[in-house]
Amino acid sequence: MSAGIDLDNVCCDFGKFRAVDHVNVNIQPGEFFSFLGPSGCGKTTILRMISGFTEPTEGVIRIGGKDVRGQRPNQRPTALIFQNLALFPLMPIWENIAFGLEVRGVPKAKRRERAEELLALVDLHDSADKMVSQLSGGQKQRVAIARALAVEPAVMLLDEPLSALDLKLRQHMRAELRAIQKRTGVTFIYITHDQGEALAMSDRVGVMSQGRLQQVANPRDIYNNPVNGFVASFVGENNIFAGDVQNAADGMASFATSTGTFRARLPGAAGKLYVRPEHMILQSTPGAENSVPVTLTEVAFEGNFISVHAVTDSGKTMVAELRNDGSATIPAAGTQMHMAFDARNAAILPDSATAGA
Amino acid sequence: MNDLLRRYGKGLTWTFIGLTFFWLIILVVLPDFKLLESSFRPYLPVTEVGGPKDVYSFGNYLQIFGNEVDFNFFGLHFPLAARIKVFVLTIFYSGVVTLITFILAYPLSFYLAKVVSPKSLPTLFLLLFVPLWVSEVLRSFAWYIILTLKGPLNVFLMTIGVISKEIRWIDGYSPVVVTLVYAYVLFMLFPLYNAMQSLDSNQIEAADDLGAPWWRIHWRVILPHAKPGIASGAVMVFMLSAGSLLVPAIINSTTGNWFTQTIQGIMLEGQDWNAGAAFAFMLLLFCTIAVSVAMRVFRVSLSDIAK
Repeated sequence: MSAGIDLDNVCCDFGKFRAVDHVNVNIQPGEFFSFLGPSGCGKTTILRMISGFTEPTEGVIRIGGKDVRGQRPNQRPTALIFQNLALFPLMPIWENIAFGLEVRGVPKAKRRERAEELLALVDLHDSADKMVSQLSGGQKQRVAIARALAVEPAVMLLDEPLSALDLKLRQHMRAELRAIQKRTGVTFIYITHDQGEALAMSDRVGVMSQGRLQQVANPRDIYNNPVNGFVASFVGENNIFAGDVQNAADGMASFATSTGTFRARLPGAAGKLYVRPEHMILQSTPGAENSVPVTLTEVAFEGNFISVHAVTDSGKTMVAELRNDGSATIPAAGTQMHMAFDARNAAILPDSATAGA
Repeated sequence: MNDLLRRYGKGLTWTFIGLTFFWLIILVVLPDFKLLESSFRPYLPVTEVGGPKDVYSFGNYLQIFGNEVDFNFFGLHFPLAARIKVFVLTIFYSGVVTLITFILAYPLSFYLAKVVSPKSLPTLFLLLFVPLWVSEVLRSFAWYIILTLKGPLNVFLMTIGVISKEIRWIDGYSPVVVTLVYAYVLFMLFPLYNAMQSLDSNQIEAADDLGAPWWRIHWRVILPHAKPGIASGAVMVFMLSAGSLLVPAIINSTTGNWFTQTIQGIMLEGQDWNAGAAFAFMLLLFCTIAVSVAMRVFRVSLSDIAK
């Protein structure tokens, strides 16, 4: 009882402002799909269009293959979990959860029974008669999920529901959400600006910027093979070099920068060179290629890794993250060393997707 | 208290407190106590005041009984003391006024709080406030003109052909009810608007998303949330209506006597302040009881209303 969702050239305008710009994506039934992007990128608008609170200006939205344009939110097989949860504070927990059933005319005893079942599903036993104000943040979260599940939606839409929780609880709820999704098999569409959340929970992630979908891929590819500079910098940290491509061949190229000439992958159009800090190697002797002499300016021991800031002779700051395997010696600030990286771990990427991508 | 002292200094603070106490004790509490005291005294010639006949009794209060008339309450006939009849009808029609103001104010306040764009809100509020700039006397007279036999309402209805003969609008309690609704509808509107405005719109959307039709969203989400606002609006409109003297004095028909008019008659025309005070306290007492019962029935507490 889960449905796929097709967004077919969907646009949404607010006056002159185009909030969503030609978005195309097919979300599979039972998939955990995240829209990831900074605030104002149009991800919430997409969610509101799927749930029916906003109509697309152009394009078609299909849920389970059926065009849902013109259907009211209460006619669509979707359930939305709001950012602030929007629980009904004047109803006890079980009535909150059973509200969707009450609307559908289910008798009271049946409703109560179903509410208890759902409370058990989200690990909230014995809370049926409590009021919303008596629950903690994480518990409210679960009630909101149970309330949405009660109407047996084909698609669950979640609008940054974890953003109000503290870090520990957020991490716990990530796993919980993922488990509930697997247990119920419902399609989850999750909106977030937190890359860790998106990568940890999703089957696939769609990265958005300025209304456009930049890349849709599984979390691994999003992180390891970003298609453009926006995706690379929004998801994770980078050392970025501006420069020019020289003698490109077989997906590899030389890249001339003010710091030096580097070898790197060139998957598509030219742009800037991106290298992740954890792919930087710090060594006392120069490497064979992609090696730059640097002076360390700042060394911070973070526990599981060591963060090293360094500056090149030309004044460019570079960042490396060295894994702490327990035996690594921690270099001191002021030391002269060489920073290098493997050409396969560096990519030349265009800035961001062009219109209609 | 310490804050006040620090901010305004000793002199000013004590002046404020002194003036507040003067207003509350000297101008409000003491006169009320004097009236309460005199409500138990008999009406005597000046020479006998303080004499042997001037003793406390419930005599004034008992004056409400007697002079039985036929009371026709929606086809239900039974004999009732004339003054009690007026009293009961005043309470009843004040309730009617409260109900009508609620029916009018609920959709309007919902529209203002949740539908209309915030940009046009100041204009709409101005339009609502403009009638308040005109005195209640003038507004009551305006309604009198509208409702008279040859007035604009009858002319209009006859012109468009809804009625063929003038209707006597100024009859029974309808003119008082109409004018009181007009005079006090804003006292219902603003508490309701305040209550609805504090409702998180996401809750309305959540109910919508869960499949609820509009009426159920109102019944289960918006109405319960607005209950304190409804309660404070209802208390205000009810008390103001039951205690209104001006509106019934101007627009009342001969068949629709308001209890405040009875009190006024006793006090000013009969010159019997003692009995008038007794009647006024009865009105206050029964209105308070009516409000408390209503609050019990609708399960609202005083602290809800104060919010």
